[in-house]
Amino acid sequence: MRVPLSWLRTFVPDLTAPASEVATALIRAGLEVEQVLQYGHDVTGVVVGRVLDVEVLEGFKKPIRFCHVDVGARVHEVVCGATNVAPGDLVPFALPGASLPGGFAIATRQTYGRTSDGMICSEAELGLAESSPGILVLPQGSALGVDVVALLGLRDEVLDIAVTPDRGYTLSVRGVAREVGTAFGIDFDDPGLRAHASAGGGYPVVLPDQGCDHYVACTLTGFDPTAPSPAWLKRRLVLAGMRPISLAVDVTNHVMLELGQPLHAFDLATLRGPVVVRRARGGERLTTLDGQDRRLHPDDLLITDDSGALALAGVMGGARTEISEVTTSLLLESAHFEASTVTRTARRHRLPSEASKRFERGVDTDLAAAAASAAVALLVELGGAVPGPTTDVDQRPSRDQLRLPAGRPGQVAGRAYDPAVVRKRLVDVGCTVSAHGDSDGVLLVTPPGWRPDLTGAAELVEEVIRLEGYDTVPVALPSAPAGRGLTEPQRRRRTASRSLAASGLVEVVTPPFVAESLLETLGYSHLAAPRLLNPLSETEALLRPSLVPGLLTALLRNVGRGLTDVALFETGSVFRGSGTPVAVVPKTSQRPTEEELDGLDAALPAQPRYVGVVMAGRRAGRAVEVGDAVEICLALAASLGLTLTVGRTQEAPLHPGRAAALMLQDTPVGTAGELHPRVVAALGLPARTLVAEVDLDALVLAATARGPVGAPVVSSYPPSSVDVALVVDDAVLAGDVERSLRAGAGELLEALALFDVFTGPQVGPGRRSLAYALRFRAPDRTLTDGEVLAARDAAVTRAGVDHGAVLRGA
Amino acid sequence: MSAPDYDPKQVSLLDAAQLTAARDAGLAAFANATSLDLLALARTAHLGGSAHIALANREIGVLPPAAKGDAGKRVNEVRKALELAFEQRRAVLELERDARVLVEERVDVSLVPGTVLQGARHPLTTIQERIADVFVAMGWEVAEGPEVEHEWFNFDALNMPADHPAREMQDTLWLAPEGSQVVLRTQTSPVQIRSLLARGLPCYVIAPGRVFRNDALDATHSPVFGQVEGLCVDEGITMAHLRGTLEAYVAAMFGTHLASRLRPSYFPFTEPSAELDITCFACLGAGECRVCSSEGWIEVGGCGMVNPAVLVACGVDPERYSGFAFGMGLDRTLMFRHGITDIRDLYEGDQRFTRAFGTEA
Repeated sequence: MRVPLSWLRTFVPDLTAPASEVATALIRAGLEVEQVLQYGHDVTGVVVGRVLDVEVLEGFKKPIRFCHVDVGARVHEVVCGATNVAPGDLVPFALPGASLPGGFAIATRQTYGRTSDGMICSEAELGLAESSPGILVLPQGSALGVDVVALLGLRDEVLDIAVTPDRGYTLSVRGVAREVGTAFGIDFDDPGLRAHASAGGGYPVVLPDQGCDHYVACTLTGFDPTAPSPAWLKRRLVLAGMRPISLAVDVTNHVMLELGQPLHAFDLATLRGPVVVRRARGGERLTTLDGQDRRLHPDDLLITDDSGALALAGVMGGARTEISEVTTSLLLESAHFEASTVTRTARRHRLPSEASKRFERGVDTDLAAAAASAAVALLVELGGAVPGPTTDVDQRPSRDQLRLPAGRPGQVAGRAYDPAVVRKRLVDVGCTVSAHGDSDGVLLVTPPGWRPDLTGAAELVEEVIRLEGYDTVPVALPSAPAGRGLTEPQRRRRTASRSLAASGLVEVVTPPFVAESLLETLGYSHLAAPRLLNPLSETEALLRPSLVPGLLTALLRNVGRGLTDVALFETGSVFRGSGTPVAVVPKTSQRPTEEELDGLDAALPAQPRYVGVVMAGRRAGRAVEVGDAVEICLALAASLGLTLTVGRTQEAPLHPGRAAALMLQDTPVGTAGELHPRVVAALGLPARTLVAEVDLDALVLAATARGPVGAPVVSSYPPSSVDVALVVDDAVLAGDVERSLRAGAGELLEALALFDVFTGPQVGPGRRSLAYALRFRAPDRTLTDGEVLAARDAAVTRAGVDHGAVLRGA
Repeated sequence: MSAPDYDPKQVSLLDAAQLTAARDAGLAAFANATSLDLLALARTAHLGGSAHIALANREIGVLPPAAKGDAGKRVNEVRKALELAFEQRRAVLELERDARVLVEERVDVSLVPGTVLQGARHPLTTIQERIADVFVAMGWEVAEGPEVEHEWFNFDALNMPADHPAREMQDTLWLAPEGSQVVLRTQTSPVQIRSLLARGLPCYVIAPGRVFRNDALDATHSPVFGQVEGLCVDEGITMAHLRGTLEAYVAAMFGTHLASRLRPSYFPFTEPSAELDITCFACLGAGECRVCSSEGWIEVGGCGMVNPAVLVACGVDPERYSGFAFGMGLDRTLMFRHGITDIRDLYEGDQRFTRAFGTEA
């Protein structure tokens, strides 16, 4: 809402504070003043002049006129491109040295073979309109040489206010003026409460639907459709951000901006039979003022007559009954429509309008008659209309009285307010306040019609605290009960994140939107990524079912910026599958049942937390290799006290020979490996790009389930070390051999390490030798050679049984 | 003097002159040894098993008891002298060797092997932990909720029924199909509802997390951003407690040199509602500032007293309990703390950006 200060002052005439102070005071009261716009402050040297004569210059591409203009002190020669310049007219004349909006300077110059000693201005050139067809002709009677800025009231300041949903009343000059009056403690003359003409015998109106509970209709005849809007009216509309159109439309807009009541004017001659406000019927259509033919929804509230739909109530009028340049009789509508109905219709037809914006937030329920009177008065005064009878169909429900314990605002704020202050503040916002007869200290409060947001004690409390100032609320800390600190899963997730960073990975946070084509390329189509109804971009309409796509995008960005060695990780939710919507969304008037809560959760997709890793380029002085990705995952698990086992996998999008399945016990919890060369090529990734992805929730759950660590027995007896070299088929995983050795060696085995991998003719084709160092130790004695050899043999035997391993040289 | 009763030929080894000669030969050999290897050879020759001194020592055993003491003494003196000389020479030669070898073993200590660059956690991660720690220290707990959320939690229970204009304030991303009832949460506030329903009272929770809006990415907007929700519901909670808690938050996040103010605002789930502003970190309120548009204040989040309607939806008696809630923008907080001028840096994943924050704790 844009509120010109000059307009505001007509209702708070005692306001002397500059715009900046007004803005500050309104911000303190909770109005979001986003900026204070300055108008006309950069216009100087424009005065009233009379055109003495006009000579048309021939021979140019466009008509050019040469004029003499008398500004009182002297006569100026001037060249003018406009065609509507006529001898005797008074015009705004920019003297040499004048400055126009935007810092445009006027100087004497030679043009079209003549001297042009100034400029005759149009409305657009003065900043009065976006465009104008010709020069501005001023009303006769103005004295020559008078400053046009002062004459037209060009100089003004405008408060630009962002209106929150609860303060619909500030979508009017009147509503803002009330807040200004309260903030500065000065008188406010509320034009919405002025008396209005009585009704009776007007155009027939029927209100069969609850969506409209009040409809005032005034007939006007003898209206002059050619009467222009006066400059002050157009000026106000322009400053308020609206475009002047015609007198009848401008008047309705003016009243809306001033009072907050949207109005609509029908061409009376086009109406057929009584006005009926009802819902749309099946198949009904309406061509709205914007020329769009719309199929109506049975929930749309309509203004209709015998011929059908005339307008979308509170949203937009129809083309057929629009007032035109020949309209002489009008039916002026000033009505109250239900907020939710207007909201739905405006949203359904994607048709936000100045009217719908106001009805959505709730228009003053007591305003219709006063606003109609104000508009009629202007149409009579400016358009020569003759007022006819007025219809006033009033089906408004009675308004509830609210009960407010006078001490409640103090209880909420944490300080005391004098009961008189509480009462005064409620009166300031327009409430009627009386003491409850039976109950001591309880106020009975009737909110004004323009405050539909005041529905209970809490809202009244806010008004008191707000107007007294939030800065008067004291400062204290609540005393929370002893907390339990972070939960174990929360602590473990921190550990996991630190482990990944300690492995040299840099964390990224990527948007969760992903393209379907990328998922197909990666072979993730089976993951059932949820789809967005209204995505930011149609090309990225899915929610990520994996962290890999986002990480690859980040990798490509790094590579595109010339970084070659990139190692990234991300932790976050991935989204898979879809839930089942609940048949009935629970009410909010009480706590939902456990069944209802389960139903709500069942409507959601699965969204487990994952860890994703991507690496490319070099690491530790050499090109990255699959083992790096696997090792990082093993280290991640180890940081949580878990041991993962490594197997092979064929899962997309990985290289089938360089892909590791990561298992916790026997449950797969992730994969790590090199990307499939086809994927690398398709996405333009660095060669040998590695990815890994691990189910973090599964790891954290397993870590948490382990409970406190049991202390190990640290033996002080001497160890016995034995090396074994085993020859196995080279398809056998070293990790599997190791697991078998451990299992076979039994409890005496303290440590095991692979120290050599050998291939060559000595071990035969397709086979390799794995050399392990085994360290044995007992907790309670020095091992005998026999015990050590027995344990070693058991380990080798187990590896032989499991994997066909044979002792090298045996 | 009694007559000798042993073979003079053999005992000549114990002859004083011979012993002296052996000692002098050994001393000379040790002194002339120019390396540890030569010294070792000299040791074998003069102190080894077949050296004069060893053979002489063996002869003592066959001497008459009366002569043993005297001979032993002389042999020992010689041996000690030789051993001392050997040790001294060895020490000298070892020092020489050490000096030479350690010089030879010199390496370029600035050449660190195969560097794995330090990794780093994202500033949005570390600031969430930082905030959590501040509140945990005050006895609060950290609550969580899903990022894809049912509209009942994101809107209805927060006093935003289906046609509420406040739903329009937030450009919501909905999941398909139409009527799924499911949104990408537009705020962390649904965690308020989940906490009240699951935890019981009193309830003091902080909930950092990601939220989503249908906003195009530019220098100051992102469709994904971080938020931290706070909720306190207990008996006797007032707006003064809200102010005190927010002041503690501001001090922890921005330092104590910045003032804060509460400015009346509107949220359906709080009543009264306010925006939290802090003094502009750039101009400190002096004005003429691009960061704050010369307003002197910067908005860091919304807050207010929990609307009784929210308590009712969670089965909490609003006559007995009251509370406050707040939601702070983490991205903006980070931008202020670190002078980040383009929000896209947080979400583009350039590792040069994040690596710089690796030392944030």
